[in-house]
Amino acid sequence: MASTVHNGAPGGVWGLLNRYALILLAIVILVVLPLSLGIFRLGLLAKYLSFAFCAVGIVLIWGYGGILSLGQGVFFGLGSYMMAMFLKLERAAEADSSTSALSTFFGQAGLPDFMSWNSVEALPWWWEPFHHVWFTIAAIVILPPLLAFILAYVNFRRRVGEVYFSIITLSLSAIMAIVIIGQQGYTGGINGITDFKTFMGIDLDQDRAKVVMYYITAVLLIVCVLVGQFIVRSRLGKVLVAIRDREDRVRFSGYDPALFKAFIFAVAALFSSIGGAMFTMQIGLASPSLVGIVPSIEMVIYAAVGGRLSLIGAVYGAMLVGYAKTFFSENFVQYWLYLIGALFVVVVMFLPGGLASLMDKLRPGKKSENGAMSAAVKELKPEAR
Amino acid sequence: MEILSVTDLTVSFDGFKAVDSLSLRVDKDELRCVIGPNGAGKTTLLDMICGKTKPSHGSVKFKNLDLTDMIEYQITRAGVGRKFQTPSTYEDLTVYENLEISYPGNRGVFGSLFFKRTSQISDKIDAVAQQIFLKDSLDTKAGLLSHGQKQWLEIGMLLMQDPELLLLDEPVAGMSAREREQTAEMLNSISKGRSTVVIEHDMAFVRMIAHKVTVLHQGKLLAEGSMDQVQNDERVIEVYLGH
Repeated sequence: MASTVHNGAPGGVWGLLNRYALILLAIVILVVLPLSLGIFRLGLLAKYLSFAFCAVGIVLIWGYGGILSLGQGVFFGLGSYMMAMFLKLERAAEADSSTSALSTFFGQAGLPDFMSWNSVEALPWWWEPFHHVWFTIAAIVILPPLLAFILAYVNFRRRVGEVYFSIITLSLSAIMAIVIIGQQGYTGGINGITDFKTFMGIDLDQDRAKVVMYYITAVLLIVCVLVGQFIVRSRLGKVLVAIRDREDRVRFSGYDPALFKAFIFAVAALFSSIGGAMFTMQIGLASPSLVGIVPSIEMVIYAAVGGRLSLIGAVYGAMLVGYAKTFFSENFVQYWLYLIGALFVVVVMFLPGGLASLMDKLRPGKKSENGAMSAAVKELKPEAR
Repeated sequence: MEILSVTDLTVSFDGFKAVDSLSLRVDKDELRCVIGPNGAGKTTLLDMICGKTKPSHGSVKFKNLDLTDMIEYQITRAGVGRKFQTPSTYEDLTVYENLEISYPGNRGVFGSLFFKRTSQISDKIDAVAQQIFLKDSLDTKAGLLSHGQKQWLEIGMLLMQDPELLLLDEPVAGMSAREREQTAEMLNSISKGRSTVVIEHDMAFVRMIAHKVTVLHQGKLLAEGSMDQVQNDERVIEVYLGH
């Protein structure tokens, strides 16, 4: 018997279609959408894709690991703010060199404007390293996952249950927003950090820079999906599913579930942080409204709409909900929040496996028994069978 | 030679002593049956050996290791395999995947991330699947198996771990007569070359496999010996039939 038979992926035509799903996604976000959208709409799409990083991570931790995190905004925010710090320092240095009378009158040399407004006299020490682009990038990639790993490992090691962990993550996102708003002099407060001009001398407002930035985001996102697929298909992915369904038993298979859950939580944090950094580069803003409870829950909705067991579905989910948000808020100014809520309700009621399960339903002659998806469907809607 | 030695083991839940200063020795390659009425502390005894429950008092020695100082996955890695009373398989994984993730080694995060299936592993999986009568169900999700098949699969998962000490909690619960016979046969073959402790209610089944039987009653050791000795023991008869 060929060993490839047992890899759990459906074979034949459907296997090919599944394999093409990623290529299809790449064509959509790398070719079709950039060519058909104007620069303004492309900017919006860039925003949705930044959030898609979080949604992809949520599929890993929630769909596969069974950890419902209501605090992915924290890691998105960390990435976003660290990038903003770098951009703001570059901006401040540039403002100084242009020797504007105002800036010399108002503030210290190289001090971000909001610090001067808040009578912060000198740059806090923890801002200093963000003068360097490589430090900034390294911090974005290392710090959030490290924090996530420690937080998760400490909790899971002590066997803090799923619901309690969700509440902890929820509290964290609330705390982070409160701290940012409270420490206005160091964080820009409720206004966030904004008004950047350049990234390493490149003018961020230029259309060409925007397009390039968009492509970097899209490619990074596809890389994240690929990494996610690699994880899900590995033995680690199977262990995660085992932990999700029967954590107690996994210990007696000789694994330490806390370590696995902390690892996947760190991976999701890494994705979110990258998404946050790309968001700030493109939208030109880091704001406490993007790290709090509401955005964190919205990220879960993206994953739920796309299908919480589908890494690719999460990207479509983020784009669809993002567009719906924009569309509704442009056209039904007063009701758009209700409409978003209704969209979520409709998907959960009629398509509990998310958009990705549409593929399963349309699959000719095969009941939706395609593995993990059916379990999610059963779990979310017990009377479905 | 002893492989497992339980000494003066006690655990109390809110003052109730589920297991009360119990001592027990299991030899290498021995197949031991533990019987006793409901609430005798049989499952709790296994829970303490495999680390699921921490004893209040006493020690559990496996080879030279003190298992009371170790946590579940360390005990498993040391060579103790545990099958639970209700079949505990990973329902959303296939039979093949259930067996594969039970294969020892590469149990760290990166070890399992970059795990590669070798022909040695797939041979082992095929061999175990043959032993547990699930050769034709390798690609079936464990959740879709019958109750008896799930029991077998869980035994198969333990066989993949190749434990030196196998702890089986009611392996034939909920099985048909035919399945019981098959399981007895299976147990007789898989217990070769390793020590096995079986908890069972079904006397007919115990007679099929037992060499030595330990009877527990209210957390204490009541009798120990061959099946015939135990069955003719006054105290045992009283406990089982007395009231």
